[in-house]
Amino acid sequence: MSTPTLMPRKRRGAEFMLTILAVLIGIAAYCAVGLGTKGSIPGGVFKLAAALVVVAVATTLLVRRVAPYADPVLLPLVICLNGLGLAMIYRLDIGRQQIDPERAAFANSQLLWTGVGVVAFAAILLLIRDHRRLQVLTYTFGLAAIALLILPLLPGIGRTLNGARIWINLGPFSFQPGEAAKVCLAIFFAGYLVVKRDALALAGRRVLGIDLPRGRDLGPILAGWLVSVGILVFQRDLGSSLLFFGLFVVMLYVATERPGWLIVGAGLFVGGAWFSYNAFGHVRVRFDAWLDPFSDPDRNGQVINGLFGLAHGGVLGRGLGQGSPQLTPYSFSDFITASMGEELGLTGLMAILLIYGLIVERGLRIALTCRDAFGKLLAAGLAFSFALQVFVVVGGVTRLIPLTGLTTPFMAQGGSSVVMNWAIIGLLLRISDQTRRPAPEVSTYDRDEPTQVVKTA
Amino acid sequence: MNRPIRYLAIACLVMFVALLINVNYVQFVEADSLNAKNGNKRVINEEFSRDRGAILVGGEPIAESVASKDEYSYQRTYNEPELYAPLTGYFSYIYGRSALENSQNRVLSGSDNRLFVNRVVDLLANKQPKGGSVELTIDPLAQKTAKDGLEALGDDTKGSVVALDPETGEILAMVTQPSYDPNDLASHDFGAVQKSWNTLNADKNQPMLNRATQQILPPGSTFKLVTAAAALENGLEPDDGVKGGTRLTFPGMSYALVNENGASCGDKLTFERALNISCNVSFGSIADDLGQEKLAEQAAKFGFGTDPLDGIAADASRFATADSELSVDKLAQSGIGQFEVAATPLQMAMVAAGIANDGDVMKPYLVRTVRSPNLRVLEQTQPERLSQAMSPANASKLRQMMVSTVQSGTATSARIPGVEVGGKTGTAQSTPDRPPYAWFVSYGEKDGKQVAVAVVVESSDTSRDEIAGGRLAGPIARSVMEAVLGS
Repeated sequence: MSTPTLMPRKRRGAEFMLTILAVLIGIAAYCAVGLGTKGSIPGGVFKLAAALVVVAVATTLLVRRVAPYADPVLLPLVICLNGLGLAMIYRLDIGRQQIDPERAAFANSQLLWTGVGVVAFAAILLLIRDHRRLQVLTYTFGLAAIALLILPLLPGIGRTLNGARIWINLGPFSFQPGEAAKVCLAIFFAGYLVVKRDALALAGRRVLGIDLPRGRDLGPILAGWLVSVGILVFQRDLGSSLLFFGLFVVMLYVATERPGWLIVGAGLFVGGAWFSYNAFGHVRVRFDAWLDPFSDPDRNGQVINGLFGLAHGGVLGRGLGQGSPQLTPYSFSDFITASMGEELGLTGLMAILLIYGLIVERGLRIALTCRDAFGKLLAAGLAFSFALQVFVVVGGVTRLIPLTGLTTPFMAQGGSSVVMNWAIIGLLLRISDQTRRPAPEVSTYDRDEPTQVVKTA
Repeated sequence: MNRPIRYLAIACLVMFVALLINVNYVQFVEADSLNAKNGNKRVINEEFSRDRGAILVGGEPIAESVASKDEYSYQRTYNEPELYAPLTGYFSYIYGRSALENSQNRVLSGSDNRLFVNRVVDLLANKQPKGGSVELTIDPLAQKTAKDGLEALGDDTKGSVVALDPETGEILAMVTQPSYDPNDLASHDFGAVQKSWNTLNADKNQPMLNRATQQILPPGSTFKLVTAAAALENGLEPDDGVKGGTRLTFPGMSYALVNENGASCGDKLTFERALNISCNVSFGSIADDLGQEKLAEQAAKFGFGTDPLDGIAADASRFATADSELSVDKLAQSGIGQFEVAATPLQMAMVAAGIANDGDVMKPYLVRTVRSPNLRVLEQTQPERLSQAMSPANASKLRQMMVSTVQSGTATSARIPGVEVGGKTGTAQSTPDRPPYAWFVSYGEKDGKQVAVAVVVESSDTSRDEIAGGRLAGPIARSVMEAVLGS
């Protein structure tokens, strides 16, 4: 009388079709760039097409093999974004070298980093067969995160770029350890909160219908806040500071189910924001540039240029290769959203935002359906940090909020960002595979007689 | 933990909806105002790379876009640049646009709403949108003749010429000297452009100033036409006797208004004769008899105090500065075009044109037709009456007085056989150390075709006593009238 177990559909076929679509979008974008800038399909298209096909085939086969029940939508979405980003970076190489032939080209290195990212993705799926095993390493990841955050401050390898000290040099490579720290922190928070959530959730007093935590339980959130302020003070990295703090507060809230933490977090955020506005010139500059960028066109040239680009793109966009996104400083990294908006238009930019939205939605869905607390927390944390990052960087570029430096996931030029985002997708797929996998069959016996028989060889 | 995750999902939804609304705002709602902002290089680049429409005179382009091999695809080129610079203006990457290049920009660049269908067709055919063309009212022969006349007076001459069709208000010629070459500002060699710009702005002769519309100068005796018009409208007849003699004195003042060179106009003379010999004493006394109000009103009817011309920077002429109460001596001076009276050559041409056109002053215009890239007429300028300055009967009387001035007065240099020519000279003092301005205002009529001309010569190599309007400016006015009337 075995009950029919619900067998979830793997949907790997759907994933395959969507992946083909995503690869085609990337190749078409690359061709459009060539047609738009030079009037012919670029010679490098075969290299890119081959690379994208290899990435698509390798990742889908791998997922089919080692995570057969994983979410089928995430991978195609990510390949689509990555392909569009590669095409845009190639397009900006052409545009920027028209202004000055000496400028560095990034398309090839970005392609290489995408490869590294896929390797990281594969490594996570292959090495971590069950995400719960990460919980054992909770404090290791915590220490790793702190080490990664401190690295750029060390003399010798740390490097200051555009006022922010968030880079390290390792031989010929430079790396932004903050991206990796974000993932490590998410794992650490998840592991830590799973253990401590009861203590944090149950004690406390009720004020105006909201459960506020006890004073002595405020320790962890204050520590998280201090780390964020530390990043802000020592590394002058507004974006990461905001991201880490937001991640921590939200995971605390999810773990404890107590909105009181959000209120404490919001209060600390307002305090930190007020403090940094008054204490740091660069924060004030960003804030003023947000309120009225045209009051000082020379200083706010980047924001203004980004807005000009978006406006010039209009509803339908100039078409790939036919706008002037290269006029905006850092059009290939921080401002790649504006470049996309200029050439693909409002229509294309909304489509990209929807893709980001879908990624977040899939991540949260994984968190909802996950059966263990650690996986739930981790998936929710990763999905939310992804959403917050997109919100902060796209909102900053489009003047919804003050501009802070964060990378646009999967599109912006930058090795660390691409690699770590592929790693995040790897983690999410791993949790999702665990979640959707049918429960191991439990045999039920009518009689307990055979269990009493002890067979000896 | 599912409830907080659901709330989290709602929070993420709110964030993404906010992003979507905001990009809609930036790229759709705010886009036009962002595109119009100063220093928007994308828009400048785009306009610069477009096949901009031509500005045509007599069917020939005086400004056109020619294919170029650099990143901007098109080079704006001015044919006969110095001759037409005050009309076309410049089209510069760094310094923007001026004159017609600026005021007709929407048509020339192809962004005018009337060209919407063309843009859609171009978009579908995957062609770069083209700009429409603008055809001017200028008579190329008259324009050339006017320029040659000013140039013949010497390199140092500053001056300008305006010719109008009195019946319609069409501007037939508008020349200013010295001029400049807008090709130097439209060049794609931005270093050279900057240098040219600095040189032009440092030049004390102000070559980029359109002297025909932007510089108001005392019109001197040519203003007596306005005073005469006011007198006729108030009942004075050409045959009536007016005050003559050597001096016009004012009770209780040591100052006296005298004639040019201190000569006497004769004791008994008619109103018509007073205009013929440009008698200051007579007109000073007529002005005092009329009073400030009537004179100012007459000047306003001819267009003083308004900016009459669309599309080109123009200053308003004035009879007196605002709220000034003129005493009798100042009023007498004003009546002969001195003191605070200041007019552009365009304004004085409008005075002559109004008299020639039976008292009706027509609104002057430069653009005859606006055409789409496929030469379909989008707009044809219709003549428009600005005001009635005087009655047809009085206009006829004043015309007769002007004709006799050419026949047997100060303006004989403008005589053309077989053509009815009426004119008035002017020599306006500014400061003793500067040569006076030589003015000549006239109209010509032959076989029903009319032309009105104003010429001003500010300074030249010619000696001071020769600068009287008749001798310097008269021949230029005559040759321009000949060019228009075809004799």
